Parts: sequence; C-alpha cells; structure tokens
Amino acid sequence: MEIKLTLNGKPVTASVDADTLLIDFVRDHGCYSVKRGCETANCGLCTVLMDGTPVLSCSVLAARAAGHHVQTLEGLQEEAADFVGFIADQGAEQCGFCNPGFVMNTVALLRENPDPTDDEIRAYLAGNLCRCSGYEGQLRGIRAYLDSRKGAQA
Amino acid sequence: MLTIGQYVRPASLDEAYALCQKKNNVVLGGMLWLKMQRRTVGTAIDLCDLGLDRIEETETEYRIGAMVPLRALEQHAGLAALTHGAMEEAVRHIVGVQFRNCATLGGSLWGRFGFSDVLTLLLALDATVVLHHAGALPLADFAALPRETRDILTHVRIPKAPRRVAYLSQRNISTDFPVLACALSEQNGQYACAIGARPMPAVRLADDKGLLAQGVTEESARAFAEDIAARVTFGSNMRASADYRREICKVLVRRAALALGEEG
Ligand SMILES: Cc1cc2nc3c(=O)[nH]c(=O)nc-3n(C[C@H](O)[C@H](O)[C@H](O)COP(=O)(O)OP(=O)(O)OC[C@H]3O[C@@H](n4cnc5c(N)ncnc54)[C@H](O)[C@@H]3O)c2cc1C
Ligand code: FES
Ligand code: FES
Repeated sequence: MEIKLTLNGKPVTASVDADTLLIDFVRDHGCYSVKRGCETANCGLCTVLMDGTPVLSCSVLAARAAGHHVQTLEGLQEEAADFVGFIADQGAEQCGFCNPGFVMNTVALLRENPDPTDDEIRAYLAGNLCRCSGYEGQLRGIRAYLDSRKGAQA
Repeated sequence: MLTIGQYVRPASLDEAYALCQKKNNVVLGGMLWLKMQRRTVGTAIDLCDLGLDRIEETETEYRIGAMVPLRALEQHAGLAALTHGAMEEAVRHIVGVQFRNCATLGGSLWGRFGFSDVLTLLLALDATVVLHHAGALPLADFAALPRETRDILTHVRIPKAPRRVAYLSQRNISTDFPVLACALSEQNGQYACAIGARPMPAVRLADDKGLLAQGVTEESARAFAEDIAARVTFGSNMRASADYRREICKVLVRRAALALGEEG
C-alpha cells in the first residue's frame, strides 16, 4: 500500500507492507538514530515524535502514521544541541546506545514542561531504559542545562 | 511477530464491526499488546478515523472514546477532579510517557488483563462500557463476557456523581506490572473496593458487613481491609505469591480507606 507522511519536515510518499513498523520505515528513509532496544515497548530507544507527541516507533504501524508529521533526532539536531552537551559534560553515558531515545523524550519533555522539577524529569523519562548508567548523570545534565538557562535569563 | 495481510481504516463503525466478525481479522488499539503476539492477521482494522479519540463531558457523565490514550486520561483535569487524582495514579506507573501516548483505553479494557490498573480503577468508578453491537453494559458484566466475543468497544462512560476515590498499587520495581492494585470509592455511604493484579482480573466487592458505616478510623479501616483480604482469591506467579498478595492487600485497602477518610 502507498502512504504519504511528513518525515522531518519533508513530504514522503512510499510503498509499505500492511505490517511495516514505523521504526523500519524511518530507518529505511535514512533515520538511523532510531534503534531497536527491546521491541516489547519497554525501553524507549525507538522514540519518535508523531505530531509532536513522543511515541514508540517499534509499536506503531507505518500505515497508521500516514497523514501525520513524524520527527526523528535527524530532524531535531538544533533543538537537541541546546542540552546534549550538558549531558555529555556529566559523563552521563557509557555505551551511549540509549542516548537517541533519551534525547528525543527530553525534547518532548521540555516542550511540554519547560521548567520541570527533578521528580517531573524522572517521571517523564521513566520509560527510557539505560543498561549502563544509574540515570543520575542524565538527570544532572538536564538539571545543569535548566540552571544555565535560568542563569542566562537572570 | 505480528504479520498483517491487509490494513484498513474503516469509515464507519458498521464497517469496522462487519470486518471484525471474521475470526482472522483484528481490531487495533495502540497495538502494544497485539504486537507481542506471534500471530498472522488477515485484516487489521484501525479505528483511528472514527472520532473515538475524544473525552466528552455531559451534565451527568464523562464519555471517553476507545482510542483515547492512557496519557490523555492521566492529564485530564476533569477526570482528575472527579477521581481525586486516582485516574493519574492508576496509569502513571505504566511503563513510560511514550507508551501511554500509544496504549488506548479500549485495548486496555478489551484485553481484560489480570494485571490491569485501568480495569481495577474503572470497576470502582461504576463505569459502563459501550459496545457497537451489544450496546451499553456495566463494566463488571463486560469483564465477564466470553473471550470469543466479536464486537467493537466504542466508549467508556463514567458517571459524574461526586464520590471519594483512592487508588494504590504495589510494584516490585517501577514501571513493571503491579503485584497488586486496589481502588476504593465511596458514594452516599456505599463503598466499592476493586482488587486487581491478584494476578487474576480485578474483582469488585462492597462493604457487606458495614465495617466503614460508622466512619473511617484506624480500627474500622483495618477491619475492612482484613475482611476484603479474606474474601478475595489470590494466586501466585513469578512476581509474588498468593500469601504475599493477601498481606499487601490488607495494607493497600487500609491505606486507601484512610485516604478516603482524609478526603472528607
Ligand atoms: C510491556 C507492557 C507493560 C504493561 N504494563 C502495564 C501495567 O503496568 N498496568 C496496566 O494496567 N497495563 C499494562 N500494560 C497493558 C497496556 O497498558 C495496554 O492495556 C495494552 O497494551 C493494550 O492496549 P493497546 O491499546 O495497546 O491495545 P492493543 O494491543 O491494540 O489491543 C489489545 C486487544 O484489544 C483489542 N482491541 C483494542 N481496541 C479495541 C476496541 N476498541 N474494540 C474491540 N477490541 C479492541 C485488540 O484486538 C486486542 O485483542 C502493559 C503492556 C505492555 C506491552
Ligand atoms: S524498541 Fe521500542 S520500546 Fe524498546
Ligand atoms: S549508556 Fe549504555 S545503555 Fe545507556
């Protein structure tokens, strides 16, 4: 079947199978930041934004995404660049495999709640699993970013 | 792996209902549960064009479409006020934000999952389920329908009558399935206590002995909790034993009763 959607701002028309998953569709279109971690809807690594809402692309049919705007990290480089350096500065990650999912969901968090508390950050990122770190580094990084933003505003 | 032959977005509920009569066809909710199955499906019936993604409010009830995601239930101000925060509490532990943006109310109830937080809370809220063909029926009756039933769950209705509500669950680790779930509500002196994740599907019990009739105190809450724990059947699985669940049940029900006492 043929579907039409917008991927990172560009209109795409493509032929997909009825059971093609969105994760495979975006990877077939060059968005390799989107990865399979668990495929059981548990890890958050495959997070993409659909009409601005973070969803698990391992569990959404490409056919259902037809007519919608899909964004991956490839299309959000600038927005992510604001805070990823702070996460790196904390040495938050080891292997880094979980990073794209974390970054995508942090983009969603900061759009929805520009000044979250630590507990709100933890709650929003609870569906992003990291097998190496204890999550504290990522939290410190986001906190440092938010604090720097407040400092800049003062 | 879920293998799908054909994908269809019906333009009407009648069309969706007709399609779902075929054994090999399947209705899609958020697909989170479905996709974990090893199954070959003829036609996947996507309800996403039928306007079932809305939460509507009338004078007497909330009418929630089957395609409303759990995250929308969690964030809805009216449902938060009606349930004293219990709606958010019931779903906020389910995996993560991205997951709850995908998982639907309809899929959560249709599965009648033993571990379901959603089923547990809605049983205590006297919710009604609307099926396209079979019409409206109390959630408890819906939960007892045979698994082979082929229908479309279109809406869930929650009466707006004021009540006190508390929801509590216990998990071995955050974002895992609950080991036990407990929803308690009170309306005009009538208590409804739903116990889920037993691990069998949730059951609803009343305060048959009137243990809370004279008000909620430490003693009456404890007696009520002991009574509920004695009346419910528990089972064992990899997450907890039946005995452990019974002990947790006493704690959660007592705390829920005390929380209702505090709601005034
Ligand atoms: C990893 C994981 C962890 C989970 N943890 C929890 C938890 O802690 N607590 C909890 O309460 N739940 C939990 N769940 C369940 C989850 O919240 C959803 O209830 C579940 O995924 C089903 O919702 P869905 O929208 O994905 O439905 P789907 O998977 O799409 O569908 C489920 C079933 O319902 C049918 N169906 C869907 N919609 C309709 C409809 N409108 N009419 C008729 N039939 C329909 C489908 O055909 C299918 O048989 C978990 C699920 C997973 C995969
Ligand atoms: S790969 Fe999608 S949640 Fe893990
Ligand atoms: S750094 Fe290795 S999974 Fe997160």
